[in-house]
Amino acid sequence: MTGVRVLVGTRKGAFVLTSDGKRKEWQISQPLFGGWEIYHVAGSPADPDRLYASQTSGWFGQQIQRSDDGGKTWQPVGHDFSYQGETGTHQWFDGTPRPWEFKRVWHLEPSAADPDLVYAGVEDAALFRSADGGQSWRELPGLRTHGSGPSWQPGAGGMCLHTLILDPAHEGRMYAAISAAGVFRSDDEGQTWQPINHGLKSEGIPDPDAEVGHCVHRIAMHPDHPDRLFMQKHWDVMRSDDAGRNWQEVSGNLPTDFGFPIGIHAHEPETVYVVPITSDSLHYPPDGKLRVFRSRTGGNEWEPLTRGLPQRDCYVNVLRDAMAVDSLEECGLYFGTTGGQVYASADAGETWQAIARDLPAVLSVEVQTLP
Amino acid sequence: MIRVALPAHLRTLAQVDGEVEIAIDGLVTQRAVLDALESRYPVLRGAIRDAGTGQRRAFVRFFACEQDLSHEAPDDPLPEEVAQGKEPYLIVGAMAGG
Repeated sequence: MTGVRVLVGTRKGAFVLTSDGKRKEWQISQPLFGGWEIYHVAGSPADPDRLYASQTSGWFGQQIQRSDDGGKTWQPVGHDFSYQGETGTHQWFDGTPRPWEFKRVWHLEPSAADPDLVYAGVEDAALFRSADGGQSWRELPGLRTHGSGPSWQPGAGGMCLHTLILDPAHEGRMYAAISAAGVFRSDDEGQTWQPINHGLKSEGIPDPDAEVGHCVHRIAMHPDHPDRLFMQKHWDVMRSDDAGRNWQEVSGNLPTDFGFPIGIHAHEPETVYVVPITSDSLHYPPDGKLRVFRSRTGGNEWEPLTRGLPQRDCYVNVLRDAMAVDSLEECGLYFGTTGGQVYASADAGETWQAIARDLPAVLSVEVQTLP
Repeated sequence: MIRVALPAHLRTLAQVDGEVEIAIDGLVTQRAVLDALESRYPVLRGAIRDAGTGQRRAFVRFFACEQDLSHEAPDDPLPEEVAQGKEPYLIVGAMAGG
């Protein structure tokens, strides 16, 4: 029977939430990897039983876990994320040069075609690749060693490669987003990269329209329109229609255009979702109202979606990797909060229910649509 | 045999209950014990010491015989009670965080 599996990474473990196609009744797993920070859990599009999880700890460092049975059992796989060649330096918060130092894996992106091929975006910003199901990892150093690397600075959350999109239409093309460097594109499977930040303006950097230095929070692509990208920047919601060469602001009538995640409806490539957050210094929703905003016009015109979401006294945040969409006929949306709630909508955002209320702070949410 | 006590999270990772017993040929030092431990449980590589530099991770401590050995030279001999298996070598997650 068709169903969904929601993969939730939190500050203190991972949880798997499952439901049938109606998405009304939910089962919540016991904590997986309890006590560890789980930055991301991702399923392979090629084999839904193959899952990868980034398990990290300030005490004991980085592990990668793999499941071959849909999350019932897990085994630790390779966790050596050594940079290739000269480490080099980036800028520290005070502007001084600082050597690259691996801290954690933020994001795992399995290949659409091969369950054993998976990419990892890490802090300090770099891209790694495994072709053996996570047993061994090798850096694709062309991104880190891009000529602009010495000028990259960490955002408040660290200098992380947090988003990786594998283009389903153009062979070898992929996009990476780094806080606070910006978006980069490769057309040769990650060997070489170019910054694609033309049109971004960031008041928090000395040159507001610099080639790099922008704090991009998240980018999203609909697979049917791979040249069209949407972005939630630190401030500003942006759109590109030419594979990132140029960006236009589409914040329109949003109450605030600060935020972290951005998602696209599975069947409507012009329908976009964001969660506005008050400001860079007030990481909670405006007026204590948790609202998802939807645009059905590819930006600029936004409507609040509130039914089932708290509309008073709500001061949680929704982090950049904590929103996902399923691909059932009536598209489902999911997001998790720093207050430990996971909200789901089975009707494209019209109505919402809390499918988990008291988890640890949610770092990431992914969803698998199961056959 | 050298008795090694791991913190709970590392026991889970290594899939062991209770103390681990390690055989060491030659001088019993912290480096020798940790090398043997990581060789037997590769999942622990990088979890106690940095995999590249071999330096103790900042929030890991090494205790034995009611002494903090965290700042001792890694090639110094461990206390005789540890070498004889009378006392365990304790790998501890430092008190920090929430």
